[in-house]
Amino acid sequence: MTVERESSYLASEKNAGKVASFLRAMGAVVWKDLSAELRSRELISAMLVFALLVIMIFNFALDLDPATRRDPTITAGVLWVIFVFAGTLGLNRSMAVEKDRGCMDGLLLAPVDRSSIYFGKALGNLIFMLMVEIIVLPIYSVLYNVNLLNLGLLVVILLGSIGYVAVGTLLAAMAVQARTRDILLPILLFPVVLPVILAAVKASTGFLDGSEMELIRPWLNLLIVYDIIFSAVAFMVFDYVVEE
Amino acid sequence: MSQSEIFVLPSPRAPQLRSSLAMIKVRKLVKRFGLKTVLRGMDFSVERGEFVALLGPNGAGKTTFLRILASLSRPSMGGVNIAGYRLPDQAAAVRRRLGVVSHLPLLYGDLTSEENLRFYGRMYGVQDLPARVAEVLELVGLTPRRRDLVRTFSRGMQQRLAIGRAVLHDPDVMLFDEPHTGLDQDASAMLDTVLREVAARGRTVVMTSHDLARAADLASRFDVISRGVITASVHSDEIETNNLLAFYRQAIQSS
Repeated sequence: MTVERESSYLASEKNAGKVASFLRAMGAVVWKDLSAELRSRELISAMLVFALLVIMIFNFALDLDPATRRDPTITAGVLWVIFVFAGTLGLNRSMAVEKDRGCMDGLLLAPVDRSSIYFGKALGNLIFMLMVEIIVLPIYSVLYNVNLLNLGLLVVILLGSIGYVAVGTLLAAMAVQARTRDILLPILLFPVVLPVILAAVKASTGFLDGSEMELIRPWLNLLIVYDIIFSAVAFMVFDYVVEE
Repeated sequence: MSQSEIFVLPSPRAPQLRSSLAMIKVRKLVKRFGLKTVLRGMDFSVERGEFVALLGPNGAGKTTFLRILASLSRPSMGGVNIAGYRLPDQAAAVRRRLGVVSHLPLLYGDLTSEENLRFYGRMYGVQDLPARVAEVLELVGLTPRRRDLVRTFSRGMQQRLAIGRAVLHDPDVMLFDEPHTGLDQDASAMLDTVLREVAARGRTVVMTSHDLARAADLASRFDVISRGVITASVHSDEIETNNLLAFYRQAIQSS
């Protein structure tokens, strides 16, 4: 009995060690990405400039009347187009940094669970995407004269961004191995992430036009389910994606 | 007839004969990329503390072989055992005991040298990290540049820091993939000093190289790889340095 208890204690100690190692590696990757970005500001500035340009282009190109500008469907659609395209830039750049000086090999050589590298990169990408979104929302509000300070909308943006980044980080890790990585990522990513974007646009529209929660809930549930599925799939396959 | 022309090749060693002390054991290793076979049933063995120079022409399979040893690539067939652990099943245990330096520095340009080492130290779970980082920076002679961004470093300095990154977790086995690529004479000489220091601490070292003179200066054993197999192996005390070129050429021609 004592031996059993001791072996179970050792097993739980081992598991605790694994979790600690996982979190430490994940934290190190996030810290590294944030430190490098704070210094270079390459990624955030590229995403932000792109996002602002898209806002401007839509503002002039659609030539909308004041009522249509505030149409929740238009607002939700334009917002998610901005987030998705700006996000793609960020995902590409974030993985390119790892490839340029062979740093991906450096990460893969570390004696850690490789999914911790994935979650570290994904969390870093999510932080960058949320930073851009936080800046874009008030600018959009002012230019289009729409109140976007809506808790429901912010939750949808968070859930949509998690799903987008979860699958985007995995596919960016695949695409970065190819010579044509810049064009390959959107081609791979958009069809796969379509359910997330669709659910995010529908849920955002629902919150903006003040629909009943009963109508919005299915889309929110879909977002949550996709976030979980994409994260789980990435957790399982990342090791194979990055290996030769 | 010149001395180099009458030089007799020592027989290739059977790696399994030295397996009792072997730190690296490779048996019948095959690596295929699609229809192309790069490694063709390669046998290789390295004793603890040995410094092996792996020589061979371009396309011989040196980098592919080193990437398999580093657990960055899976073998198609065959067995690889490092420090008593099997690849790819026990890859994490192998990685903990392995330091790898390639011709790319594997460093982040937008981090300082100290931050790069601190990052990798966290990934490897290095204890007492600040002291260890300071010690390694001293070893590679970069203490005065510890706060400088790596992208401002010369190629030679980056390569020295890359060695620092590789020894940070005090590995038993070091793999160097053409570490002198792109370095000028002074930088290469400085890198050699660091390599000797690394090897002098009893580590097992495997280094691929095109530079026979440099390999002769550093290694205790020379293996020639050609067309995906080891064609010849000789210890430094069994061959005169000026015969190494002839040895290499015969080994390539005999493959």
